Amino acid sequence: MSNDIVNIEVDGKPVEARPGQMVIEVTDRIGAYVPRFCYHEKLSVAANCRMCLVDIEGAPKPIPACAQPVNEGMKIFTKSPRAIAAQKATMEFLLINHPLDCPICDQGGECELQDLAMGYGRDVSRYNDGKRVVKDKNIGPLVSTDMTRCIHCTRCVRFGEEIQGKPQLGTTLRGENVVISTYVEQNIDHELSANIIDLCPVGALNNKPYRYSARAWEMVQRATVAPHDCVGSNIYTHVLRGTIKRIVPRTNEAINESWIADRDRFSYEAIYSPDRLVKPRIKESGEWRDLEWEDALEFAANALKGASEPGLIASPSSTVEEGHLLARLAQHLGTANLDHRIERRDFSDQENDPLFPWLGCDIADIEKQDAIVVIGSNIRQEAPILAHRVRKAALAGASVSFVNSRKHEYFFDIDNYVSGAGLVELLSGNQIDSIVDALTKAENALVVLGNIAGRHRAFSAVRSLAAGIAARTGAKFGTLSPGANSAGLSLAGVLPQRGNGLHAGAMLDKGLDAVLLLNVEPDADLHAVDDAVSKLAKQKFVVALTPFVSDALLEAADLLLPIGTFAETSGTFVNVEGTWQSFGGVANPVGESRPAWKVLRVLGNLVGAEGFDYVTSEDVLAECRGAVGKVSPESFSGAAGSQVLAGADNPADEIDTPLYSVDGLVRRAKALQLTPGARRAASEGGD
Amino acid sequence: MNQLFSYIKTFALWELLKGLSVTQRNWFRKSVTLEYPEEKTPQSHRFRGLHALRRYPNGEERCIACKLCEAVCPALAITIESGVGDDGTRRTSRYDIDLFKCIYCGFCEEACPVDAIVETRIHEYHMEAPGENIMTKDKLLAIGEKYDAMISADKAADAKYR
Repeated sequence: MSNDIVNIEVDGKPVEARPGQMVIEVTDRIGAYVPRFCYHEKLSVAANCRMCLVDIEGAPKPIPACAQPVNEGMKIFTKSPRAIAAQKATMEFLLINHPLDCPICDQGGECELQDLAMGYGRDVSRYNDGKRVVKDKNIGPLVSTDMTRCIHCTRCVRFGEEIQGKPQLGTTLRGENVVISTYVEQNIDHELSANIIDLCPVGALNNKPYRYSARAWEMVQRATVAPHDCVGSNIYTHVLRGTIKRIVPRTNEAINESWIADRDRFSYEAIYSPDRLVKPRIKESGEWRDLEWEDALEFAANALKGASEPGLIASPSSTVEEGHLLARLAQHLGTANLDHRIERRDFSDQENDPLFPWLGCDIADIEKQDAIVVIGSNIRQEAPILAHRVRKAALAGASVSFVNSRKHEYFFDIDNYVSGAGLVELLSGNQIDSIVDALTKAENALVVLGNIAGRHRAFSAVRSLAAGIAARTGAKFGTLSPGANSAGLSLAGVLPQRGNGLHAGAMLDKGLDAVLLLNVEPDADLHAVDDAVSKLAKQKFVVALTPFVSDALLEAADLLLPIGTFAETSGTFVNVEGTWQSFGGVANPVGESRPAWKVLRVLGNLVGAEGFDYVTSEDVLAECRGAVGKVSPESFSGAAGSQVLAGADNPADEIDTPLYSVDGLVRRAKALQLTPGARRAASEGGD
Repeated sequence: MNQLFSYIKTFALWELLKGLSVTQRNWFRKSVTLEYPEEKTPQSHRFRGLHALRRYPNGEERCIACKLCEAVCPALAITIESGVGDDGTRRTSRYDIDLFKCIYCGFCEEACPVDAIVETRIHEYHMEAPGENIMTKDKLLAIGEKYDAMISADKAADAKYR
């Protein structure tokens, strides 16, 4: 017997386990199923549902497998008559107060209680007394409650305490009267809060926008990737007759574990918003009229063909395929005015940009760092999943510090929060000395530059100062990036500096013959230049490929082509750690919208470009990957001491995009816009 | 010898007389033919004919959009869309039965936890225009209202076997 292995026996089979492991972890590993409600591998052990009672030799009573550490020589019986009897008795008690309203419960068909009642429940109840009824709580627009169904597993409570760090639900009263509630009637308010829907083993907490609209068994589950941040969270869409009904997380321990941000879960509502553009439109002498695709494409191709050096601007959430086709189109049109960095406002040292924006380490490695400094980032809003990883690092004992002009709320012990001035001033002052010390002492240290810094007017100075700190202390240096695919678009070459073209800001300042916008909303997304809408309106001809129509687009553009959202197109995103994740189209296109890569392919054919005869998006991807070749991520290592223009380091001028305003989808998702977070941002006037 | 008997039978028209004896026997029996449609056969209360959606006595729709009938339907004849009703409860926004697809197996009725969808004893109906084979929610509810007495009586008659 060595020190780190104990030998136990499960149902007569010898098994090796690590000391300190709970019995249920071992039985799960070898596939000996033990029923459970309260146990969840990502949460602490509560042992309050009593469903996982197993028989252990020598124990006077059945013992909960989730709370019993393994001991040398332990003999566990998961299917012995005593274990089964104990589990059946537990089930009978659980069903005493459960309403059995499965036919109207959204959890019906995917309910852990329903499943286990099939295996462990009696067919007829022996309970004839009154059942208890618990009043439902209104906990916000995302999660519906039917608290009578609650079996008090407290997974939601533990999620609030352990994963969010912000306890919002709790248990009050005792015994039969115990209820799960917010202590004071309030909305749950956290960027990960809706994960309690998946955690709830019964139908007590459910998806509110999805309420009553479909059944688990009739939907088709299709895998895709969330498009709202640079993490690339893996998700499943549940599709009924071509329409997305809901989104749930797809477990990927390397990226999002088993969580997703609320905006990844609920943004699908925008796909069916009344703002969708359903037919191509053209502006003729100030009047908009619908037209057929063929004519619209003809107009677009002619405008691009006739223009000398047209400008092509893509959203950072465009797919790699779209980026590659855009770059090839630009090549054919003989222009280098091509950019996806629509949120950046300082391009002064863009020549020193790394090959693609990189986090500096793998996402999963964030939690292994000993010291992390987050600079110029409201990371909970920019990448909620990364914020969760940072929190995990902090809980594991890492020193986490922030350098930010404004204070943001975090739910862990922060070593040092330097704020109160512009980023350049903070980073070049001596307030950060203790942060530098912590970084120097740490074996694994990470400096992360966020999107507030990325949109800073003196970004180049901020970046070289931050990189300087990382270089001085031996820390890794990484950046977050806007959109879902800044990395992929950089790799696909949607950048002007490699061909001496104009960047997104300069393009609009100069007058161009034609501008093509790919999924860009000039009023809300385009920070590269001030007054983007009026500047676009002054361009000769603006073609906008867009899923949505807005007042700003109607003012700025001359031709609108409807394209599909992330759910209606196949494509690939490269996330901030450099992982390529391809996905297929999951839902039927709305109206006459078409996948953007197909629109670009046809445009390429119409302008007479060579080799635009792709059949599938995989063909485009294969060509792009071949062109990119094998790249290893690199961090920025530019020289320090960039010039800072007067007034550029003004905290009031920083752009902190609110959680539910990051892109057109999120801005049009009804339920998200009703959340306290979104309403707070709206009442502050947003920015 | 056998051959001789066979000859005698042949010339005595034995086979014909044998057949006529059947005719003669039935000549005096009571007739079983019914003059449909003036006369009709008796029906079981379990007869599975045209579908209906029922209401509670207070007028509330019984159907709660659980979609079990849709799931159990072996012919995929039922299409349901559901949502939150005006009163905040789970309701169907669409409930279609395609009578061309339906095989009248009665599984929908068996699956229904609230006795909302039933198959009535109505079996005399026809369609004239394309699309009339789709029984919409309104049509089904109207049948349920019109034949409520019959449906309730059939349900009551069957109750003791359940």
